Amino acid sequence: MNAESWHRKDLLGIADLSPEEIRLILDTAESFREVAERPIKKVPTLRGKTVINLFFESSTRTRSSFEIAEKRLSADNMNFSTSGSALEKGESLVDTALNLEAMSPDLVVIRHRAPGVPHLLAARLRSGVINAGDGAHEHPTQALLDAFTIRRHKGRLDGLTVTIVGDIEHSRVVRSNIHLLTKMGSRVRVAGPRTMLPPALEALGVEVHTELEPAIAGADVVMMLRIQLERMNRKLFPSSREYFQRFALTRERLGAAREDAIVMHPGPMNRGVEIASDVADGPQSVILEQVAAGVAVRMAVLYLLSGVREEEG
Amino acid sequence: MKLLVRGGRLVDPAAGRDGRFDVLIEGGVVASVAAEIAPPAGCEVVDATGLVVTPGLIDMHVHLREPGHEYKETIRTGTAAAAAGGFTSVACMANTAPVNDERAVTEFIVTEAARHGFARVHPVGAISKGMAGEQLTEMGEMAAAGAVAFSDDGRPVVDTELMRRALLYAQHFGRPILQHAQDLFLSGNGVMHEGEWSTRLGLPGIPGLAEEVMVARDLLLLAETGGRYHVMHLSTARCLELVREGKRRGLGVTCEVTPHHLLLTDQAVADTTFSTNVKMNPPLRSEADRQALLAGLADGTVDALASDHAPHHADEKDVEFSAAPFGIVGLETMVSLGLDRLVRPGVIGLGRFVELLTAGPARILGLETGTLAPGRPGDLTLLALDREVTVDPATFRSKGRNTPFAGWKLRGAPVGTILGGVPVRLP
Repeated sequence: MNAESWHRKDLLGIADLSPEEIRLILDTAESFREVAERPIKKVPTLRGKTVINLFFESSTRTRSSFEIAEKRLSADNMNFSTSGSALEKGESLVDTALNLEAMSPDLVVIRHRAPGVPHLLAARLRSGVINAGDGAHEHPTQALLDAFTIRRHKGRLDGLTVTIVGDIEHSRVVRSNIHLLTKMGSRVRVAGPRTMLPPALEALGVEVHTELEPAIAGADVVMMLRIQLERMNRKLFPSSREYFQRFALTRERLGAAREDAIVMHPGPMNRGVEIASDVADGPQSVILEQVAAGVAVRMAVLYLLSGVREEEG
Repeated sequence: MKLLVRGGRLVDPAAGRDGRFDVLIEGGVVASVAAEIAPPAGCEVVDATGLVVTPGLIDMHVHLREPGHEYKETIRTGTAAAAAGGFTSVACMANTAPVNDERAVTEFIVTEAARHGFARVHPVGAISKGMAGEQLTEMGEMAAAGAVAFSDDGRPVVDTELMRRALLYAQHFGRPILQHAQDLFLSGNGVMHEGEWSTRLGLPGIPGLAEEVMVARDLLLLAETGGRYHVMHLSTARCLELVREGKRRGLGVTCEVTPHHLLLTDQAVADTTFSTNVKMNPPLRSEADRQALLAGLADGTVDALASDHAPHHADEKDVEFSAAPFGIVGLETMVSLGLDRLVRPGVIGLGRFVELLTAGPARILGLETGTLAPGRPGDLTLLALDREVTVDPATFRSKGRNTPFAGWKLRGAPVGTILGGVPVRLP
């Protein structure tokens, strides 16, 4: 598959992508990666295209990653976030989207706390829609940048064992990663406290663990998830102290993984809660590479969805 | 005024009839039912040849939204929808504004319904004042004004002591307590069934346990208090088992199920890409639950079919899934769905289907209708078993268009109702 055979208007989730489409995005991202290494980090690929970043939920890294990707592609971009917006004045989501559409953007990047919002908008808008995270449902560009990072280190996705640890129930990162990695032939294990494991996870094709050590044993990749401290109020865990004791990735526990295992985290990290600082900053950590990969992957997605079909300029 | 309904196949399970019978109605009540009745002088005749004739159908669970939410539905549009859907009686829930928690509101509903004459409306009074779950309502006053049952539908009675007192107090008036069984702590901020599909979609789940814990608690209370307790829109296999066991032990427990819980599952949320027309409470459950409900229909555990007709304005439903209100309309689809998806494939027979919409709900609510015997109200429904229909919300009499069944092709449809001996004509 090549860019010419890409026909999707939107990127709503990994669940409906084929392995070929995933591979195309990752390969395209490889070609955009070197832009960041140039003295002038800009290509004219999306010149004259307008991208709206519509963030209904606070986000620093995903939004800035999209913004940088858009700017490096020479797109005109505009940010729209909730505070002071029409939504706070009682306008419906659909009305807000239709108003933006009237300004004829080419692409809309959306983050919202409710699952399905990008799908609702995609069905209404002529513009392409990119899901930048919808509640606990999907975060496709995160899974793509994770896969990109893994592939750079391991040379492949097929046959790897990837362990994801944390609040599985409330994580969109997990869902998108499970879909992507299982489609690409990795074995996926998930682990977390019993209170943070949703029902029927096995139906998604993963191994489910409730203890950290056996979940990590022999893994090629260990991905730690951010624990949202406000979840303590929802009876999911009693304290960050006890969470750290049972589920944090420490140097000692990482020893159970393969020697060449890499450590990942979608950020932002709670040091000393889900991950010990010496692991986060240690030699096996690829956490900052993930951030760099995010820009390349988002450039690839923006390029493919924009319909521009010239080779990178 | 005399009316003869002639030539049809009468299906009246409570009277043990299924065959060629004529029905003569005089002065609003049934005068006689016989194999062949010659039309008396001056009698209007309805030719029911080729049709099924049943006692007027009853939907014991609808929301007519008036007073207070007339933009969603009114008593006029809701009863017109009932008539169009083949119903001559509906029981309407108390979650209006103001809440039907006192005699004046009950009387308003009865008077307003009588003014239009499309269907009988039996108000359900609230259990607690303002449905706030604290103080008991004046059930006696409301019963005298026509309230047939009591329920805080939409807001489960969480306070165990209030439920115990309600079960006791309602017995003075011979009325059942209808429970929307849901433990609000367990359901939390859930918006769909908790299971594989909520896991896949990342939507907060409402576990089946939320319903089961509540029914189990209520049945323990019922065993002490006596009286009658009815589980509304029962949705899980274990809940059905609790009711089955309660009946075996001789408790005064009954239950209803809805067509949507019998025909759809939680997978519909994924299949429709988060359509808010598959969002209702209780939520669409698992396939195993659905199969258990179908079995419960057939084995007699289920006492009634009810639509939980819950009209909402299109703007309210045209939002993100989590933000949309729960509920779908059902008055104008229930009969065709039942005939095509329950009777035609043989899940239940026609007689059982009719029983679930006539004698079943009539028994629960203590209505005189539900069977045709001399002196009973002359309410009838006419069904055409071979009529093919396609569900088209644009044709609904209801103000609500929120249905997951749009576009379904169904065979079997209501073709008319007769209310107190008068054929109902919709404007």
